[in-house]
Parts: sequence; C-alpha cells; structure tokens
Amino acid sequence: MSALLPDASTMAPRVDVLFWYMIGLCGFVAVGIFATMIYFALKYRAGSKADRTGKHKQSIGVEVTWTLVPFGMFIAVFIWSLFVFARLHSPPAGAQTVYLVAKQWMWKIQHAGGQREINALHVPLGEPIRLVMISQDVIHSFSVPAFRVKQDVLPGTYTDLWFTPTETGRYSFYCDQYCGLDHSRMIGDVVVMAPADYARWLAKNPAPENVAARGAALFRSRGCSGCHGANASVHAPDLDGLYGRTVHLADGSTVIADDRYIHDSILLPDKQVVAGFAPIMPSFEGQLSEEEILELVAYIKSTTATAHQPPSVGSESTHERH
Amino acid sequence: MSAIDAGIVPQPKPESAAPSFYSGDQSLRGWLFTRDHKRIAILYTLSITLFFGLGGAAAAMIRYDLIVPSGELATEVYNKAFTFHGVVMVWFFLLPSIPVTLGNFLLPIMIGARDLAFPRINLFSWYLFVGGGAFVVAALWAGGVDTGWTFYTPYSTMFSNTNVYLAIIGVFVTGFSTIFTGLNFIVTTHTMRMPGMTWMRLPLFVWGLYAVSVVMVLATPVLAMTLALVGLERVVGVGVFDPALGGDPLLFQHLFWFYSHPAVYMMILPAMGLASEVISCFTSRRVFGYKFMTYSMLAIAVIGFMVWGHHMFVSGMSVYAAMVFSLLSFLVAVPSAIKIFNWTATLRKGDIRFTAPMLYALGFVGLFLLGGLTGLILAAPALDEFLHDTYFVIAHFHYVMVGGSVMAYLGGIHFWWPKVTGRLYSERLAKFAAVLMFVGFNVTFFPQYLLGYEGMPRRYHSYLPKFQELNIISTGGAVLLAISYALPVLYLLWSLRYGKRSPPNPWDARGLEWQTSSPPPKENFLHPPVPREAYAYDEPAL
Ligand code: HEC
Ligand SMILES: [Cu+2]
Ligand SMILES: [Cu+2]
Repeated sequence: MSALLPDASTMAPRVDVLFWYMIGLCGFVAVGIFATMIYFALKYRAGSKADRTGKHKQSIGVEVTWTLVPFGMFIAVFIWSLFVFARLHSPPAGAQTVYLVAKQWMWKIQHAGGQREINALHVPLGEPIRLVMISQDVIHSFSVPAFRVKQDVLPGTYTDLWFTPTETGRYSFYCDQYCGLDHSRMIGDVVVMAPADYARWLAKNPAPENVAARGAALFRSRGCSGCHGANASVHAPDLDGLYGRTVHLADGSTVIADDRYIHDSILLPDKQVVAGFAPIMPSFEGQLSEEEILELVAYIKSTTATAHQPPSVGSESTHERH
Repeated sequence: MSAIDAGIVPQPKPESAAPSFYSGDQSLRGWLFTRDHKRIAILYTLSITLFFGLGGAAAAMIRYDLIVPSGELATEVYNKAFTFHGVVMVWFFLLPSIPVTLGNFLLPIMIGARDLAFPRINLFSWYLFVGGGAFVVAALWAGGVDTGWTFYTPYSTMFSNTNVYLAIIGVFVTGFSTIFTGLNFIVTTHTMRMPGMTWMRLPLFVWGLYAVSVVMVLATPVLAMTLALVGLERVVGVGVFDPALGGDPLLFQHLFWFYSHPAVYMMILPAMGLASEVISCFTSRRVFGYKFMTYSMLAIAVIGFMVWGHHMFVSGMSVYAAMVFSLLSFLVAVPSAIKIFNWTATLRKGDIRFTAPMLYALGFVGLFLLGGLTGLILAAPALDEFLHDTYFVIAHFHYVMVGGSVMAYLGGIHFWWPKVTGRLYSERLAKFAAVLMFVGFNVTFFPQYLLGYEGMPRRYHSYLPKFQELNIISTGGAVLLAISYALPVLYLLWSLRYGKRSPPNPWDARGLEWQTSSPPPKENFLHPPVPREAYAYDEPAL
C-alpha cells in the first residue's frame, strides 16, 4: 500500500502482507456480521410475517462451532505472526552498528566511523543496519513507519533494532513514547542513499576518529588504564578480548560479557563482581555520559576483534568498508 | 411528546401508585446521607456526568489543537489536556460508569433484594469517589499534570515538574471506592438473591456486574500499590523505577498494565451484560446461548489477567515473553467473538422493535466489533511493533471503550430511564441522537486508524503536514459526537418535567425490575416479585 506508506525495508513487505491479510480477514468478518444483522433486522422486524417457529431454541452445536472456528483462525494467524516477529528480532550477521543516544528532546547518532548527527540518520541502500540505543533520561521510542520497525529506548539499558533499507529516499522517524514537553518535536529523517552517494556523504563529513578510537582515548584519560592497563599495579581484570566471553562472577554465577554487561560494569561495578578480584572499581555513575560509555564499550569490543574473533563491525572504520 | 412512539407498550394503569423512593426525605441531608442504593446511584450519575463533561472538554481541546500541523495550543497546555482527558475519562467516567449508576440502581432489584449488602459502604464509596475526583480537579486547578494517564516512569517520578502527586492521590483514593463497590456487589450477589433466583437465572447484566466486581477487587490494589511507589520515588527518591536510582522502569509498566488491562475489561464487561438485556427485550426472545454468554464473561475476566504484556511488545521485553502474551491475547478474543455471534443470533426469529435503547445497543455491538477486530491486529507483536503508540491504537481503544462502553451506557440509560425516573422521553429525538452518535463516532475515529497506519504517533501536539486532512475530518466528527452527547442531556432533563408518565413495564420486558412500579418504592418491591428463568419472553409478562 505505497499510497499511504512506502515499503522501504526488507521487512516492510513481510509485515504488510500479514497486516493486509488481517485487515482482509477482519473486514470479511465485520461485513459478514453486519450483513447478517441487517438481514435479520429487516426480516424479523416487529410485525413482519416471517416464520418464527422455534423462536427461543438454543443450540450447543452452533455455540461450539463458533467457539472453535475463531479459535483455529486465531491460532493460525498467531503462528504466522510469530515467524515475522522472530525475523524482526534476528539482525543479519554483519549488520553495521550505529549508536543512538536519546535525550529530551533529540536523537544523537554516532556512526561506527565516528560521524555524528542529530535527528538524522544517513544509511547506505541495501546494507543491514543495527541500531544500539540508550536513553540519557526518560523512555523514548524509535519508530520508522516506512521500515515497519519500532523499539523503546530505555534509560540504563541498551535495546536494539535493525533494518535493511530497500529504497533510497527520506523516511520520517518519530519518538513514539511520550517523553515530556517537546515529545512531538523528537522527529527526524532516515536518509537512504545509494552506496556511491553514501560514500560521498561520508567523505564530506570526515570524523577525526572512529568510535573505538574515541573510546581508547577515554580509557586512558578517565583512568581505566591505570587499573586495567597491561602495566597497572592494581589487581584488575584484563579487558582485552572481554567482549563475548563468559565471565565468572564472585557469587558463583556466570554471565556473557555483552554491551549491557560492560555498561553495567562501568556504572554499577558492585552489582556483578568478577571472581578473584576485590570490588575496588569506583562507579562512574554521573561522570560519564551515555555517549562516552558507548564509546568505551565500542573500544572494549574492538580489542576483541584484534584479539581472537572475526572483526566486529562496531569497531571497524567505515572508511575501510567503502 | 408526540406519537406514542413505537415500542412502548400501552398498559393498564398501575393499581395505586406506591410512594417512590424520591418521596422520602427531600432535604439535601436526605440525599447526602442516604443509604438507599437508588439514591446513591443518582448521586453517582450526577457526578460521573459532571466528570464526563470535564473529560469531554479536554477532548475538545485536543481535537481543536490538532486542526493545524503546528498545533493550535501551547505545547504544555496540550500535554496537560490529554493527560486530564485520560485520567478523568478512565477513572472518573468509564470505569465507574455502568456499575456505579445502573449497576447500583438495578443489581438489588434484579435479584429481588431490598438494597446492597452494605448500604453504608456504598455511600462511603461515593464519598471516596467524589473525594478522589476533588484531588484530580485540584491537580488541574494547581496547573495540571503532563504525564499522560499512564504515568510512565521515570518521567512521572523524576522528570515531570507538574502536579503528579495530586493526580495520583486522586486516582489512589478513587481506587478504594472501586474496591468497595466490587466487594459490595460480590457479597450482594452471593447472599441477597431472593429465594428462587438461582445463579443460572441471573440476568446477564448481573453476571457482567459480578465478573467485573471480581476483577475490580483483584486488580485495583495493584494499581494503588504501584501509584504509592511512584509517589514514594518522587518524594524520597526510593529507587524502584528510575534506573538512575537503581530501579527498573519496565517494572512500572508490568505493574501498571497488570491492573490496566483488566481495567479495560472493567469497562466492557458490564456493557456486554447490559446490551444483552436490551437486545433480548427488543427482540422479545431469549438471549441466544445464555450459558455461553455467562461463561464467556467469566473467561474474559480470568484470561484478562494474563495478557497485560501486549502493551509492552516494544518496551524491550524478551521475545519469548512477547510470544506468550500474544497467544493469550488471541485467546481472550475468543469469548468476545462468542458474544458477538450470540447477539447476532438473538436477532434471528425475534420480533425486533427499533427503539432508541435498541439502536444504542446495536451501535454498541457494531463498534465493539470494529474495535475488537483491530485488537487482534495489535495482538500480533509483529504488527504491534509497527502500530504501537500510533493513532491506530488510539482508534482501537476508543472503538472499544467509547464506541462500545459509552454507547452501551447510554443504551442502558435510555432503557431504564422510565424505571428510574418514571418518565418517558421523546423517542424520536433519542433515536436521532443514537444514529448521530454512531455516525459521529465513526467520522471521528475511523480516520485515526488510517493516521496510525501512516505512522502518526499518539500524544503529539504538532505533526507533519501530511497528516492534516485526516485530522480535520476527525475533528469534524468530534463536533457531531459532542452534539450527540449533549442532546440526551437536554431531552432527558426535559422529560423529567414534561415527559409522559411511564407504566411499570413500558417495554414489555421480563426482568424483576419491571415487576415493580416506576420509579420503585424505597424498599424496591411492595409485593415480592416472581423469579423466573432470565428472559422468559416465551411466557407472558407478570
Ligand atoms: C581502581 C581501579 C579501577 C578503575 C579506575 C577501573 N576499574 Fe574496572 N575493574 C576494576 C576491578 C578490580 C574489577 C574487577 C572487580 C569487579 O568486577 O568489580 C573491574 C572490572 C571491570 C569490568 C568487568 C571486567 C570483566 O572481566 O568482567 C569492566 C568492563 C571494567 N572494569 C571497565 C572499566 C572501565 C571502562 C573503566 C574506566 C572508565 C574502569 N573499569 C576503571 C578496577 C578498576
Ligand atoms: Cu522522546
Ligand atoms: Cu490490554
């Protein structure tokens, strides 16, 4: 239904087929019921000569039928929708990471290559993009109707969302979760560009450093390296290659070191203490912005890339890519 | 009042008109300290009508603002208007509407009792309700609240600098009124049924009230607790919901919707029961599938407690949790479907009289159907991820709650008006209002489905120019809707003075309430009524 809304991502047609199927089904049921009601209303209006024998009869058979038929139909639609839903939550491997920090009332975006933008997101056509999002204050929600995706952006926790644009152009994105005074101004455009145009855009907006390099600088300037660095005198875990590893905690449990774990380790170090270490790490709550934490996380990720795993996209310079 | 309007059955004059419940103590004291459930019902009707007016005025501001893309009002005024609209309409109109007015008046009469089980608590509930309302009005007076009726954290606890306290105290206090009413109805239904009025003879309206009371008693305390925590976090910074204090904002959403989804059913269950009374009467036949109608209401009440997560599909909840909530949300639609089919089947072979209450009831079925079907679309997380928090959702729940519940409520008011007041109103005007309401409603809210599909988010004070046309149509519809709500107020008030006197059973209906005079005496019945199967339209009226 491009008349109302463009289909501009790989998921959009899949979601739309389900949507229009449901509209068709609902329309069919609604028209059927209205037609029956009108038919009865005319035929059995008071004083009409229609046959009314068996007027007060009840029927278990009919009841059971119209319980089971909708039940079956609902289950079928439910199963179909699960497949679409599961896809919406499985970003393709190799999706390019873009970082997004929401705050009252703007969207701050940072590309892996270090380019920053506000209330706009430039992406290349046909490339899967994965947004890693966090809010600095209240709950926001990032929604791109033309891509049929939306995800709340929470304070204190990362959420993510992915899409692969299939059509060049500008597509509005909105904040969909009420977030205070200028909620309705929290809008912007995703600009989908042909790869060549995108490369030109990147070249026109050179960033001095990529995200991981910014993180590395912070790692030194904020004193992390004083404890975590190779020559540190303090007994603290080596963070090289941490990302994706299984960490054993002091309380005996284990956890996979993902974005969220690293984020929490920086802000709430006492929450999950690594086994074999004293809980001496200070909390950086209130001292680092969410953007800086994202950069630190990207840096720690990048050490994984060089250490042993296939290159993680978040750490790679976008310039090399094109 | 012209033409003996179709549908009103001429009857012999009642023997000797018994003194009605109005004729007792006429002083203000006699009303404000009454323990008569009928008088309390009237106190409630006056108060919720007032709140409906206030909430409606806020709605008018919203629709006025949205005429132009940049918004006609100041942003903070708009944000406060939609918050006030939601808070007032949900807690001070829709939730109480049918139970505390028609339910309060009719429940004892329908089961052949003299009053509710706890008449004093009933009166106390009204005071709590009005007291809670006073806090909300005070919040408005003090400058308003801008959190939305959902009070999402951490916005409501740490960021909004409006009168959140006053508003949540108001809702908190009113919650107790709801709980007490629920308890009162449950105990009344269990213990006060007259001999011969067995469970399976109860009118579906009583079943609806019973089901809703159970939900009220179980769900409302959760709301009270949640709002208390919001208050504590605001005053002393207890870190429950704000991650900056070590809390979890999603916890609030779970608790809030654990209450608020059942609250949606609190608004619709009594409406379902009510519609069955009206449709059965004006088809002069038994409700088709009486037992399935009762079971489906109970099923809705029970499953309704397990679907709250469908409000949180995009909140960052786990994919597997979303799947379970989706499945349960599809399941809860089955009993609603059963009800629609049964109402339709009740028309078959009936002797259908198209009176005003019947038009309202049929309007209810139609709008509830359209709202319910779009609910199925939102129950699929893959589609909800696209439509959540857009105008599609706004349209969906207004179809169910305003199209559905309010139409049913007005149908009930028209149906029992002669019983409550002893007067008949102008059928012609009433039918006109019912049709206008149906049309006005669709013109207002159908465009909002399209707006939602195109992506217009809810709670937007300003919007992109491409959404303007549909918004103007919607505002035009709202004007029709406003007229259709004002009309009944006028002709019903008019009927109090000039309307014809009503016989005890003007519609040839079968419930016990039609066996007593209109309006009923203080003790409800002068002679004990005769209980029968519900909807004994195959037998003559008594
Ligand atoms: C005073 C020394 C100190 C400083 C400064 C410090 N840390 Fe730590 N950090 C530790 C210790 C000790 C641990 C292990 C105990 C624990 O988990 O709290 C740790 C644990 C961690 C972990 C979890 C490691 C794992 O193996 O699971 C991360 C991630 C981390 N720190 C990141 C940082 C970052 C980023 C900074 C700078 C912003 C920083 N730390 C600053 C001492 C420090
Ligand atoms: Cu926002
Ligand atoms: Cu719900």
